[in-house]
Parts: sequence; structure tokens; C-alpha cells
Amino acid sequence: MNKAISVEHLKYAYPGVDDTPDIVVFEDLNLQIEQGSFVAILGGNGCGKSTLAKHFNSILLPCGGKVYVYGMDTSDEEKLIAVRRCTGMVFQNPDNQIVANVVEEDVAFGPENLGFASPEIRNRVDRALKQVGMYEYREHAPHLLSGGQKQRVAIAGVIAMEPKCIVLDEPTAMLDPRGRAEVMETITRLNAEKGITVILITHHMDEAAQAQRVVVLHGGKVAADGTPEEVFSQVELLHGIGLAAPDTVELCWELNKLGFDLPLSSLDPDDCAQILYERLKV
Amino acid sequence: MLKDVTLGQYFPGKSVIHRLDPRTKLLVLIGYIVALFLAVSWASYGVVFVFLAGSIAISGIPVKSFFKGMKPLIFILVFTGILNLFFTQGETVLVHFWKITITLEGVIRAFFMIFRILLLITGTFLLTYTTSPIALTDGLESLLSPLKKIKLPVHELSMMMCIALRFIPTLIEETDKIMSAQKARGADFESGKLMQRVRALVPILVPLFISAFRRADELATAMECRCYQGGDGRTKMKLLHMRSWDYYSFLAGAVVIAAVCVLRSFGL
Repeated sequence: MNKAISVEHLKYAYPGVDDTPDIVVFEDLNLQIEQGSFVAILGGNGCGKSTLAKHFNSILLPCGGKVYVYGMDTSDEEKLIAVRRCTGMVFQNPDNQIVANVVEEDVAFGPENLGFASPEIRNRVDRALKQVGMYEYREHAPHLLSGGQKQRVAIAGVIAMEPKCIVLDEPTAMLDPRGRAEVMETITRLNAEKGITVILITHHMDEAAQAQRVVVLHGGKVAADGTPEEVFSQVELLHGIGLAAPDTVELCWELNKLGFDLPLSSLDPDDCAQILYERLKV
Repeated sequence: MLKDVTLGQYFPGKSVIHRLDPRTKLLVLIGYIVALFLAVSWASYGVVFVFLAGSIAISGIPVKSFFKGMKPLIFILVFTGILNLFFTQGETVLVHFWKITITLEGVIRAFFMIFRILLLITGTFLLTYTTSPIALTDGLESLLSPLKKIKLPVHELSMMMCIALRFIPTLIEETDKIMSAQKARGADFESGKLMQRVRALVPILVPLFISAFRRADELATAMECRCYQGGDGRTKMKLLHMRSWDYYSFLAGAVVIAAVCVLRSFGL
């Protein structure tokens, strides 16, 4: 498979203000993300999740090492627009990324910047709104929508540019459970149907569990990397860096401490219930 | 409380006036204002009034809403009326006592002034009632685009207007939230002398400004992520089109100005 994003020996530090020393985030980070995959990036506060995300489309440039997006060096200024066309970005607060006061005008913002002709923009906007299920709301004012709907509009604004990869930086952090479900359903569908590479930055374990691959960041390094089952079964490691495994895994883990011998791979409650049932039946 | 603020006062509709190109509406409005200031007699005011009344009738906007919008302006109307009534010199004295003289000319002049202001305001209301803010900024950008040649940042200005309009409801909501938060901690905005009340606003304005700057920063990043690089090379989804109705409107506007000019040349 092709590499969507390739991070090689990334070094980054936020410059200090006045006399304070620079804040070092990454010293030597390596990470490869395959085209078409769905990767969740987990980590506690201040572990550099958002900083990493901003390297994926040239908002931040590495102090050392390289970040390649579909083979393009992100620090190459001539490729800036090409890089940003490849990786779209969705942020935490939907209010602060919606530009226009009509839904469809906002979705059109990206394609308009790319200089497409009017009918092509119209097509892309309609397609994008249908993909996120917001087509009926195209003439609404964004401030009258719910949080989940606003975030879906923001996602539509990104996919109207037809990127190969979407980076979502805690897109559900400000949403209620229903909004979270809407957004998760939308992004998993985009990944499955359109083959768009999805990089989801989150601190919700249950969201990360829906990904194909989970990368745990800690102290500027990759602490764990693998399928959700592989990563979440390392419960001690997760606890050590201030994270928790999904509730189902935590339950099995606690029971194991009491002398049970349960596998730590059940990420879904039904699965977990089945395992417990089998064990208790004997 | 703050949520009741109506914005842009746009009444969505499907009338011919609604569907006119925003540029047409802006230009015809300018023509209408010129005609209004050229008008000096009953006849010429009549022509302008008929034009406005006809436009309102076509737009289908209830006349009531124009009166509603007029309320805050009553003071100015009355003030102008009184000034003209008392301070116009004339021959035919109607009332005379103490130092006050009211002349027939004064009454007529006061009436005309009030009528002129009313027509002026109603005309501009008709524009904002029938044109969405976004169409209006698009129209302005397009009309002002020749000024790009003298380095006026026309695109940037219209982008700023557009973003400002977009964020007004968001910031109002935020102000509401901050006010509730401060009230919950014992702030008092409703009692005390004027100075105390003004001072009580500081704890609202400070967090509001800080959050507005943070929002601006995030919005700028989000816009950059969506490949925004200023107005160069940017296209529009909704193109502005002049249709036959736009030409008829120009024609109607021109007829009104011509009629007023002709009447004026006959001393009417």
C-alpha cells in the first residue's frame, strides 16, 4: 500500500517567550500512515497530538526531520497548496471553522479557493453535503444547527475539496453523545465507501476502538502502535501514561486481578458479555 | 434577551425584487436617492412615491414591518419637522405669538422634509429586507471591483463583512453565556447608577474580547487549511447574473430620475 503520510525523525519545539526555554514536543518521531487506513491517535493532554496533526498539512513545519504527505515534503513552499488539497483538516470547535452564514456557501469556500468553475463547485458542494447527510440543510444558517450538524458541515467543507486524507483533531470533544455518534458514523462511512484516509485524534477510547489502527503518543514518542485489540490489551502501559482502556477491557482486566483468566481483546459490550457468559457457565 | 436581536432584517421571499441581482438593487437605490433629492414639488415627490409604493407592492413585504423599523427614528423625524416648522422664513404667517412665527412655507417645508426622510429610509429598508447579507456583500464586492486598480482591498473588505455577519450570532450567544456566568458569581448588571452599570460591563467585555481573538486565530488556521490565499484566483459558486428583470428595473429607475428632472425644469 502507498504511504499517505510519512513522518521521519520529526523534531519540533514551540519557541519560548522571552527568557523561557523552548518547549520541546518531539525529538525523534517516526510514523507511517497507509493510504486508505483509519488511524486513531491517542494520548493525554500535552502529548503533542494536535501539534502532530498540524504538521500533516504544513500549518506547522518541522524544526528537524521531514514530514511527507503523499511523497510531498511539507516544508516545500511550492507544494503548500498541493499538500493542503491532499489533507483536509477538521478542528475541535465547529463554530470557529465555519466561514459563511449559509451552509452551502461555507461548503463552497474550499472549492472557491481552489478556483474551480461555478458548476463544478455546485456539484462538489451538493455531493459533499449529501455524503454527510446535511443536504436538506443547505440553505440554513449554521448558528441554528446543533453541534453535531455543524461539525458535519465542517467535514463537508473539507471533503468538497476532495482530499485523499482527512485529519480530525478531537472533532467530538465539544459534542453531546448524539452529535458524537453522528460524526463518528460519518467519518467511518467516508473511510469505508470513499477510501479516504482518516486520521482521528481523540481521547475517547470507544472512538479509537472503531479505527483499524491505534497509535498512542506519550512524551513525544510512539508508546504503542497496533490494532485496537493489541493496543488496548496493554492495560498497564495505558494506565502508566494516564489513559484508560475501553470499559470492557478494564472490566476484564479487573476481573483478571481477582483470579479470572479472561482475554483482553473484547472492545464491544456484546462481545464482552459473551465472553463473561461463557466463563461463568462453566 | 440578547437572542431577540434580529440581524440584517432579511425577509426571505421569491418575488421579482428578491430575485433581482444585488448590484441592480444597489444601483437603482442610488438612482432613487438622487431622484429624491432632486424632487422639489408635490408632483415630483408623487412620482418617487409611486415608484417606491409599486416596488413594495411587488416585493410582497408587509407594510407593517416598515413602520416597525421606523420606530427608533421617530425622534429624528419630529426634530427635523420642528426645526423646519419654526425656522423657515415666509410671507404667509399662520400663527404668531411671542417670538414664535409659523408660516405656511414652514409647514410645507417641514412636511416635505419628513416625507423625504421617510421615503429615503423606506427605500433602504426595502433593499435590506429583500437582499440576503451575503448577496449584498457579493454585490458590493462586484460593484467596487474597479477600485482594485487603485489598490483598494475590495475582496478583503467584503470577506471581513461576511465573517463579521457570520460571527454576530455566535458572539451574542457567547455574551449571553458570559453574563450568566458572571451573574452566577454575584455580578449585578441591572441596578446602580450609570457609572456603576458601565463598570459592571468590564467583566463581560474582557473575556468576550479574549475569546474573540482566540476564535479569530482558530478561524484563520481553518481558512488556511482550506487553501484560502486571498482573493486572487478565487472563484464563486453563485455567479451574479443580470436578467431581463434587472434591465427593466434600470429602465424604471431611469424613468423616475428623468421624470423628476423634467418636472424640475418646468419649475414644479
